[in-house]
Amino acid sequence: MSQASGSYYLPEPSKWPVIGSIGMFIMLFGFASSLSDKTPLVGEGNLTMMYVGMAIIIFMLFGWFGQVIRESESGAYNGQVDISFRMGMMWFIFSEVMFFAAFFGALYYIRTLSVPWLGGADNNAATNEFLYNGFTPSWPLNVMPDAAAGGYSVFKETIGAWGIPALNTALLLTSGVTVTLAHWALKKGNRGALTFWLFATVVLGFVFVGFQAYEYIHAYSTGLKLSSGVYGSTFFMLTGFHGLHVTIGAIMLTVMMFRSMKGHFTDENHFAFEAAAWYWHFVDVVWLGLFIFVYVL
Amino acid sequence: MSTAHAEHEHHGAPSGLSRWLFTTNHKDIGTLYLWFSFAMLLVGGSFAMVIRLELLQPGMQWVDPNFFNSMTTMHGLIMVFGAIMPAFVGLANWLIPMMIGAPDMALPRMNNWSFWILPFAGTMLLSTMFMDGGGPNFGWTFYAPLSTTYAPASTDFFIFAVHMLGFSSIMGSINVIATIMNMRAPGMTLMKMPLFVWTWLITAFLLIAVMPVLAGAVTMMLTDRNFGTSFFDAAGGGDPVLFQHVFWFFGHPEVYIMILPAFGVVSQIIPTFARKKLFGYSSMVYATASIAFLSFIVWAHHMFTVGMPVAGELFFMYATVLIAVPTGVKVFNWVATMWQGSMTFELPMKWALAFVILFTIGGFSGLMLGIAPVDFQYHDTYFVVAHFHYVLVTGALFSIIAAVYYWLPKWTGHMYSETLGNWHFWCSVIFVNITFFPQHFLGLAGMPRRIPDYNAAFADFNFMSSIGAFGFGLSQLLFLALIIKCIKGGEKATDEVWEGAEGLEWTIPSPAPYHTFAEAPEVK
Amino acid sequence: MSVRKLKQAALVLFSSVLAMTSSHAWADKVLNLREGVTEVSRNAYSLHMIVLWICVVIGVVVFGAMIYSMFAHRKSKGAVAASFHESHKVEILWTVIPFIILIALAIPATKNLLLLEDASNADVTVKVTGYQWKWNYEYMDGDAEGVKYFSALDKASNDARQMNSGIDVSTVPNYLQNVDNALVIPTGKKVRFLITSNDVIHSWWVPDFGFKKDALPGYINEAWTRVEDAGTYRGKCAELCGKDHGFMPIVVVAKEEGEYKKWAAAKKSAAAAEAAAAASDKTWTKAELMAKGAKVYGSSCAACHQPNGEGTGPFPPLKGSAVATGPAAGHINIVVNGSKTNPLMAAYGAQLNDLDLAAVITYERNSWGNDAGIVQPKDVKAAR
Ligand code: HEA
Ligand code: HEA
Ligand code: HEC
Ligand code: CUA
Ligand SMILES: [Cu+2]
Repeated sequence: MSQASGSYYLPEPSKWPVIGSIGMFIMLFGFASSLSDKTPLVGEGNLTMMYVGMAIIIFMLFGWFGQVIRESESGAYNGQVDISFRMGMMWFIFSEVMFFAAFFGALYYIRTLSVPWLGGADNNAATNEFLYNGFTPSWPLNVMPDAAAGGYSVFKETIGAWGIPALNTALLLTSGVTVTLAHWALKKGNRGALTFWLFATVVLGFVFVGFQAYEYIHAYSTGLKLSSGVYGSTFFMLTGFHGLHVTIGAIMLTVMMFRSMKGHFTDENHFAFEAAAWYWHFVDVVWLGLFIFVYVL
Repeated sequence: MSTAHAEHEHHGAPSGLSRWLFTTNHKDIGTLYLWFSFAMLLVGGSFAMVIRLELLQPGMQWVDPNFFNSMTTMHGLIMVFGAIMPAFVGLANWLIPMMIGAPDMALPRMNNWSFWILPFAGTMLLSTMFMDGGGPNFGWTFYAPLSTTYAPASTDFFIFAVHMLGFSSIMGSINVIATIMNMRAPGMTLMKMPLFVWTWLITAFLLIAVMPVLAGAVTMMLTDRNFGTSFFDAAGGGDPVLFQHVFWFFGHPEVYIMILPAFGVVSQIIPTFARKKLFGYSSMVYATASIAFLSFIVWAHHMFTVGMPVAGELFFMYATVLIAVPTGVKVFNWVATMWQGSMTFELPMKWALAFVILFTIGGFSGLMLGIAPVDFQYHDTYFVVAHFHYVLVTGALFSIIAAVYYWLPKWTGHMYSETLGNWHFWCSVIFVNITFFPQHFLGLAGMPRRIPDYNAAFADFNFMSSIGAFGFGLSQLLFLALIIKCIKGGEKATDEVWEGAEGLEWTIPSPAPYHTFAEAPEVK
Repeated sequence: MSVRKLKQAALVLFSSVLAMTSSHAWADKVLNLREGVTEVSRNAYSLHMIVLWICVVIGVVVFGAMIYSMFAHRKSKGAVAASFHESHKVEILWTVIPFIILIALAIPATKNLLLLEDASNADVTVKVTGYQWKWNYEYMDGDAEGVKYFSALDKASNDARQMNSGIDVSTVPNYLQNVDNALVIPTGKKVRFLITSNDVIHSWWVPDFGFKKDALPGYINEAWTRVEDAGTYRGKCAELCGKDHGFMPIVVVAKEEGEYKKWAAAKKSAAAAEAAAAASDKTWTKAELMAKGAKVYGSSCAACHQPNGEGTGPFPPLKGSAVATGPAAGHINIVVNGSKTNPLMAAYGAQLNDLDLAAVITYERNSWGNDAGIVQPKDVKAAR
């Protein structure tokens, strides 16, 4: 096949995917092993194996992305390759949306169906009468249906919407603006501004994560935990996975910042930057959903 | 670096183990997928043999009930995630680039990763069988709290295996979509694409939409098991039925993920051997899309007996039976394609015809299950087992076998052995019906599923079913023999292979060269 | 080998399989759904027959057309392919006709579903609770109000179903379909079931009544039946619920009003006597405790710890176990309160009375070579 300019770039065989699979296997096997002392290899609470796997994955990511960046900078990718990457990223983000949808769905189900059912709604009069007599549903659910039987802590405080969460909303929305400013700067070829706005975005992102961490500490100290019934479960799982995604997004943007400082990207050709920016907007939109459904309503 | 690259491209396939480990070639990756899937069919199949052996006669003879449950669970999981899905992805890898005139898949390195996650995920899953307390024993549907509070310690490994399988499927599907949307040869408009490509485009969309939901379900399981959340625990305000909703929101589209590409395969094969264009091409496309759409709003037909509000039961009943309409359109179109054709009955056609009849029988029992007030009787009996084996074994699996016969000469350059093939076909068709048809009767007579022992009233049909199962299993060894023989040699296949075959893949030499369509073909 | 020969071979094979199975009479084979004994089940049956026939008719038409064209339009007969490949008219036709059939089907289905789900205005209410692997029935009102008991697989089946039991299961009457204590309901009355579970999900199913309903831990589902004829009706747990899901039958005996009243009175006085015995501070002899304990062990514990006390898989042996041969307090504790780490070992304090607990603990401490002294009901009471 002639590698005439304009033809689709087909990478040569690569060792990175297999390394990635091995790393993933070691990481997850290690994590699962650490969860119980009845499982093989490592004892309960021992995370060594998991860290080894993580290290391999990080090594793989550096190697793989490094190679992609070299190929990209050497001009191997034509417009059609660029479109493949774009589609790849778009559909990846769609899959992430569906992952969050599962948790939002769970929240919806619990709030509008199962908790009222425990209180006797719909066809569940008998449930309330015979199993949870005297229980009235509420949201946040801070008294568990059988709190009397023990097992779940009762907590007094829930997280209000208009303190840190509102501030965090402002932070993330602002960061959406700064990342767009960075994009404009890139399109204009203004590298200084690009780096600056990227830096601002990353800082906003990490401040967000910091506030979130502060909020978690506060919640735990007042007794709202992951194990505080379904309110705690949905609250921490949704905000926790979101926080994880903010962190990943911020790391992606940091990489873009260093790359822009190194002189990567042109005003025409900067897909990696755009991918990170899309991801950032996705994280932003998920937060709006969280703010409304977890905090405000 | 581009010179080294170009040089590499000039050669054929690299050799040795590293060829398979590091490959970025869609044909190699397709081959890997197909062999992996076949291996898993043997593993999952031998688990089915254990099930059928214990059920051969009443009384407990061979395995302990807990191990029996493990066998059922693993059989279901391995067949679904290890045999059927990877086989279709393998076909997609081999065929989509050749059918749309693309040089390869859009993202070849990621393609390799999608595959190589699978053996590791499979290892993780199978390793649970050797752990303390045994492997997963809660059915492939792993309902909470049997799979959370009451499950063996190995369940966490099962959870991560599912995560890995999902990750692999999502990446594979992203690749399929990017390839179809971005890599078509000039002139290959969407409505000119072969139906196999169309069905896979829609399947890939389904996969990206629902695999993350499955990941969400097992993640909630993980935290319920280990970190004190109470999604599925009423004592904390959760609901075990929530698990079922999340699972089936994935699970129902999943069953169409396993049948839409099968529709695609059959829609390629029937026109070839009827020597007549596919009847109603565009309505086939719309029907596929309608099935995909409907598949998102019927999930609770698996849950009619959990005590949903009656309005919910009615909605899910109506939506479910509606799927018969677009599926019927497909069946009618296949028949209309054959009508006044000029038919011959080579092996791919035999399998495709068996598919049409037997899948439709499975569809009929599906429709019966969809009628909620009667499902209160059928649910969780062998009637359901009969239903889904008709759609999965004589549906999905038969279409995969048909596809292998159809494209094997293109892949290997040789014709397969007609004699062996005929033996394989007739034994399979007869035994598969001996295996699964009596299960309808068992279910109607009241035999629940997932039980290791039963009353003497069920003895005869179980005996028959078991004999059929052993026969069907052994018949698949003929298939293995046939494939190996065909790879090793045989009558030389022509480029077109089949007289009536149409499509870009038949314009290239047999066996298909390592790289095809470096120069995009012009499609009129 | 020609295709024809192959077909012959296949035919021979098929008929030999038939021959193998036809040693029993085919006449008494159940091939179809049963009609059952309630309005709901008869409705389900007739709907089943309607859908079945619709499917058969559509099947005959579709497969008929297909097979006809396979014979008439084959190349070897010189058929030449026509060139049509599109027709909006027929496409619309075969979209609309199935749609109309489905609507026709949906109407009776909706009616039946609404009937099936309407548990209001019941005469008698029974609470049904699923346990791994037995049922608990509690009468909430009526003649038997307050009566409450467990119902598990009967001893004959239970012995026979053990691995390599050496018992020919065909000699066991109603193998796997009998229980020790059947549920008794009055005929002609609307009986409401409140179905729930103590551990995992089970499903309460009596085919003759025409429904099954899941038993969910933490939620209560309603179902109902009205049986006209006295008789014995058998069913099974229909949701995978762990190891012994296959060994969790249901037996319902429907009795005429008078018989039912008699049964209720007898049951009530027996329960009162038993409670009195358990509550009394009487000191029991070892032989009494062992005899009673063997029974309780067989029905409640042997499923997991095995009749020989040696355990299996995740279930620990009691023979020679540290707990069952150590201090009585520890033994009483795990049986009464359950295991802290493993929910499979449930808290039997909630299921058994002090006498049964003392008996089963004594039995475990003095069987299979264990020799660790006896436990009295008052010891259990003190430990609660
Ligand atoms: C490939 C997989 C596949 C496919 C294609 C289907 C297809 C269908 N399935 Fe099936 N199903 C499964 C795999 C599949 N299923 C599995 C694995 C389970 C069990 C899961 C578990 O619990 O473990 C299951 C269980 C299952 C249930 C739950 C049963 C229970 O547990 O109680 C139901 C209930 O509604 C159902 C319905 C249907 C329907 C209505 C279709 C329809 O799509 C069928 C449509 C097709 C036709 C109807 C035939 C052709 C049409 C015509 C010729 C037109 C004219 C026809 C009429 C108008 C009648 N299925
Ligand atoms: C996805 C596809 C798929 C396929 C292809 C199959 C294939 C088969 N299945 Fe199954 N099955 C499921 C999906 C599938 N199944 C699912 C999802 C369930 C539900 C699980 C659950 O309840 O959780 C199930 C459950 C299930 C049950 C019910 C178990 C129970 O409720 O306890 C039974 C029982 O007969 C069964 C039988 C078979 C048989 C005999 C085959 C045969 O077709 C297999 C034939 C193949 C081989 C045998 C392998 C090849 C040959 C060899 C390895 C040579 C050696 C052979 C011999 C020694 C004879 N399957
Ligand atoms: C559903 C299965 C099951 C049933 C039924 C069951 N057990 Fe257990 N039992 C277990 C399991 C599992 C353990 C291990 C608990 C642990 O690891 O903490 C256990 C542990 C025990 C122990 C402690 C053994 C040791 O050496 O650690 C005793 C004593 C015991 N059970 C008695 C009983 C009695 C008495 C009954 C009946 C009244 C009974 N069990 C019924 C599953 C069961
Ligand atoms: Cu209880 Cu199955
Ligand atoms: Cu379904």
